[in-house]
Amino acid sequence: MRVVVDLEKCCGAGQCVLLAPKVFDQRDDGIVILLDASPPKELHAAVREAATVCPGAAITLEEGQ
Amino acid sequence: MTTPSSVLVVGASAAGLSVAEALRREGFAGRVTLLGAERHLPYDRPPLSKKVLSGAFKPEQTLLRPESALAKLDVEFVLGDPAIRLDAAAREVTTASGRSLRADVIVLATGLEVRRLPGQEAWAGVHVLRTVDDTLALRADLLTGPRVVVAGDGVLGTEIAATARGMGLEVTVVGPQSAPLASQLGLQVGGYLAKLHTDQGVALRLGIGVQELCGAEGRVTGVRLANGEVLPADVVVVAIGSRPAIGWLAGSGLTLADGIVCDSRCQAAAGIYAVGDVAWWHHEGLGTGVRLENRTNAVEQAMAVAANILGKDRPYTPVPYFWTDQYDAKIQVHGFVPADAEVAIVEGDPALRQFVALYGSRGKVTGVLGWNMVKQTRQHRQHVVDGTAWDAVRALAVPQ
Ligand SMILES: Cc1cc2nc3c(=O)[nH]c(=O)nc-3n(C[C@H](O)[C@H](O)[C@H](O)COP(=O)(O)OP(=O)(O)OC[C@H]3O[C@@H](n4cnc5c(N)ncnc54)[C@H](O)[C@@H]3O)c2cc1C
Ligand code: SF4
Repeated sequence: MRVVVDLEKCCGAGQCVLLAPKVFDQRDDGIVILLDASPPKELHAAVREAATVCPGAAITLEEGQ
Repeated sequence: MTTPSSVLVVGASAAGLSVAEALRREGFAGRVTLLGAERHLPYDRPPLSKKVLSGAFKPEQTLLRPESALAKLDVEFVLGDPAIRLDAAAREVTTASGRSLRADVIVLATGLEVRRLPGQEAWAGVHVLRTVDDTLALRADLLTGPRVVVAGDGVLGTEIAATARGMGLEVTVVGPQSAPLASQLGLQVGGYLAKLHTDQGVALRLGIGVQELCGAEGRVTGVRLANGEVLPADVVVVAIGSRPAIGWLAGSGLTLADGIVCDSRCQAAAGIYAVGDVAWWHHEGLGTGVRLENRTNAVEQAMAVAANILGKDRPYTPVPYFWTDQYDAKIQVHGFVPADAEVAIVEGDPALRQFVALYGSRGKVTGVLGWNMVKQTRQHRQHVVDGTAWDAVRALAVPQ
């Protein structure tokens, strides 16, 4: 799984950090910081949930490579 | 319950699309149809009053998912064709163009429709903002006229005022509350927001409503206030609230009130669910019915509905979250702000426009608000989850 974040769309909600703190963090202004662009398998479910819940539709996943 | 073989979602926006995505993620292989009144693929509304209105975003940037991702979802889209009737017992929807769609499960996700001032259609230069088409029409008009009156002192009205001011326009906000967003954020924080707007050069006419629109030769010329005073305007934005889009459900057999009335599983009747801005459901954690109008709820409730469609039987008990961006202020709220809530500033300083406030009611923390303090706000959210005793919070309060 590859994780891509769109900093322009990110609205700083932090839902991603609540769900997957090993993969996402936030700058002081709230914009997402991607900590791990290829997270290990055990985090995939949480990352998928973060991508779904993200209210900026700012997280996209490229799965299955 | 047996797994249904087909699901029809009415309303193809944040909540409706999220139901389809959640069903597929959970492995649902049956037929999924998304029926939408708008002709656009699902797009996101929060950027409309912010980056689309200001011109920073092109309309295409609001698409919720790229077309390639939608294709992979294997969902049939029927767009530009509003539902006009539901037969709940037969689980059948009729559309404006005369289609008849039947499914084992129907999900209602029709969101809100805006309220208008009487007779506003008669005048050019008067706008509402709910859709991307509304936004582009308003933006085109803002680029011509220097004087804007925003009727409405809620989230939408103040966001539009901030964006219009950022475009260099002369902006006046009119509204009945004594501070903007007082009903959402309380009077104290509403007061900070009022100061932010006046510091930025917006004129606030609060504590008074718009009586009627004034116009000449087919175009609006201003608004008349309840006290008879006329505020001249080249453009008027009507942001006086919205109501659930449930008119088409009259006679469906569903219970309708301030939304589609659902149980704690977001189920309105056997095989019929509601989700997003239109859904009024029983929140087991609060012990009462609620309806939320925010972007995060659209997705979280969609996930709960999808799980329940697939037989999980799970109550939906979220800690709500919404945000608003105005000028350089990012305001985030987790939880609830009851009308009688007490406020304690626990981080930062409102005068510096960086702070975290906790709200308490009946002895417990019910909500947290952050103003340009993203991380600290997220940390304090735990008090809302835990329902921390209000007495313990008072001890944390920063002396003002
Ligand atoms: C300008 C604006 C700014 C916002 N900013 C924020 C923000 O900063 N933060 C935040 O948390 N929330 C914000 N919101 C709220 C957020 O966008 C909504 O909570 C969210 O869009 C709700 O999603 P929904 O799918 O339930 O409803 P909607 O997005 O309203 O979608 C309902 C869809 O159903 C369609 N429909 C209606 N009737 C029918 C019918 N009879 N048949 C078929 N289709 C129908 C509509 O055309 C629409 O496409 C904002 C909303 C607006 C309008
Ligand atoms: S959830 Fe989405 S919008 Fe919120 S911080 Fe993460 S990436 Fe940004």
